[in-house]
Amino acid sequence: MNLPIYLDYAATTPVDPRVAEKMMQFLTMDGQFGNPASRSHRFGWQAEEAVEIARSQIAELVNADPREIVFTSGATESNNLAIKGAAEFYHKKGKHLITVKTEHKAVLDAMRQLEREGYEVTYLDVEANGLVDLEKLTNAMRPDTTVVSIMHVNNEIGVVQDIAAIGELCRSKGIIFHVDAAQSTGRVAIDLQNLKVDLMSFSGHKTYGPKGVGALFVRRKPRIRLEAQTHGGGHERGMRSGTLATHQIVAMGESFRIAKEEMASEQARITVLRDRLWNGIKDIEQVFLNGDATQRVPGITNISFNYVEGESLIMALKDIAVSSGSACTSASLEPSYVLRALGLSDELAHSSIRFSIGRFTTEEQIDHTIKIVHEAIDKLREMSPLWDMYKDGVDLNTVAWVAH
Amino acid sequence: MAYSNKVIDHYENPRNVGSFAKDDPSVATGMVGAPACGDVMKLQIKVNEQGIIEDAKFKTYGCGSAIASSSLVTEWVKGKTLDEAQQIKNTDIAHELALPPVKIHCSILAEDAIKAAIADYKQKRGS
Repeated sequence: MNLPIYLDYAATTPVDPRVAEKMMQFLTMDGQFGNPASRSHRFGWQAEEAVEIARSQIAELVNADPREIVFTSGATESNNLAIKGAAEFYHKKGKHLITVKTEHKAVLDAMRQLEREGYEVTYLDVEANGLVDLEKLTNAMRPDTTVVSIMHVNNEIGVVQDIAAIGELCRSKGIIFHVDAAQSTGRVAIDLQNLKVDLMSFSGHKTYGPKGVGALFVRRKPRIRLEAQTHGGGHERGMRSGTLATHQIVAMGESFRIAKEEMASEQARITVLRDRLWNGIKDIEQVFLNGDATQRVPGITNISFNYVEGESLIMALKDIAVSSGSACTSASLEPSYVLRALGLSDELAHSSIRFSIGRFTTEEQIDHTIKIVHEAIDKLREMSPLWDMYKDGVDLNTVAWVAH
Repeated sequence: MAYSNKVIDHYENPRNVGSFAKDDPSVATGMVGAPACGDVMKLQIKVNEQGIIEDAKFKTYGCGSAIASSSLVTEWVKGKTLDEAQQIKNTDIAHELALPPVKIHCSILAEDAIKAAIADYKQKRGS
């Protein structure tokens, strides 16, 4: 078995070989390298046709009209375009926006920027299972609310928000509903003919496509309008100027085509692996699953291991590539804000590990992961004074710690 | 996090992990840090009649450099008098382990652990 084992599919996925094969046909002199905006020759026409096929493939996965798909550089740009674009276009109607504390930074920071520009933003709490309470959302809505932005699948804990119900609520109040769906394509069925979603962000590289490409769904009926954030040649119906990256777009289209074809069987296979992983770990003492146990995607499993520290756990798990909620692994000093929003203590947030399973994960890799996790937890708890205290029946909350 | 080989070595093969019996009068304990901050160190020293640290053990909840810092100080304090051990500086620990700047607090915590253990010993002895 090749080590380390990749279990970080929520961070990024490898490009599917079928996608890479396709992508390479759109780069060199022998391939279709043309600018899709060139109207005067065959090179341009061919590239344009390839882009339009990709646009259809993306629309098909989510049951939208191809004319509702705008290509961007990734989900971060899509989120920025959707939120700022809609807030700015509809600013005369109101300047109040609503989002959730567990959103991706691309949403939260776009909101922060709008706050600096005079908008008001409500950051909703989530319940302990990571889900939004619809009543709290309803209570936050005001006559001057223009945009609600709530993600579909959470990138850290994998919970799936009820975007169907939230959509109905927003539509009934005439509020634009944006959904960051970077983590959900190919994992959860999306039907935009039925969902009352107005704007939806997609990413290429979370669905076995390349990095650097994404898309934004912009509803035509009822029509949603955006203030462009990037100005230039008026590409993508004026919503996003810039020469289209044909090779990346074609690759994203192919990856979404494969996702549509294989989603059902792939998710069934990943569910079996996820259950195998959790069954192999759950009997360790003081282990907690973060986020709702059922309303979540099988690919993401976030677990806290009490009385061991996150970064040392990552070091002990060096043969598996996973993410941690610990501050020690990131530039900031705060532990994961998503886990803190669920009400986890700093300690449990620090000692959390996200295992994300994907297309190329094998049963053998899962079995090896279970073995490594057991060894790591045994070793670190043997070394942990907190574990000793817990075993001696000391309530750690009653100890007078010297914070530093 | 790119750690030095010394940190990796102490992390993978920590020296002197464990505990002494708490009721042994020659044993003193220093516990510093807080779980909420991500590191807690427990350092125990065993001091003989001549005031020399004969043995040391640690248990640490913390990141790789916190574990390495505490492992290192158990090696350093052994054979030293209490006064000599009192002189160990966090900068020496950080230098020895080539700790990155964001991990300097681990070496400070290790120095605090030594001082706390010595203070505990002195208190036990009533001096």
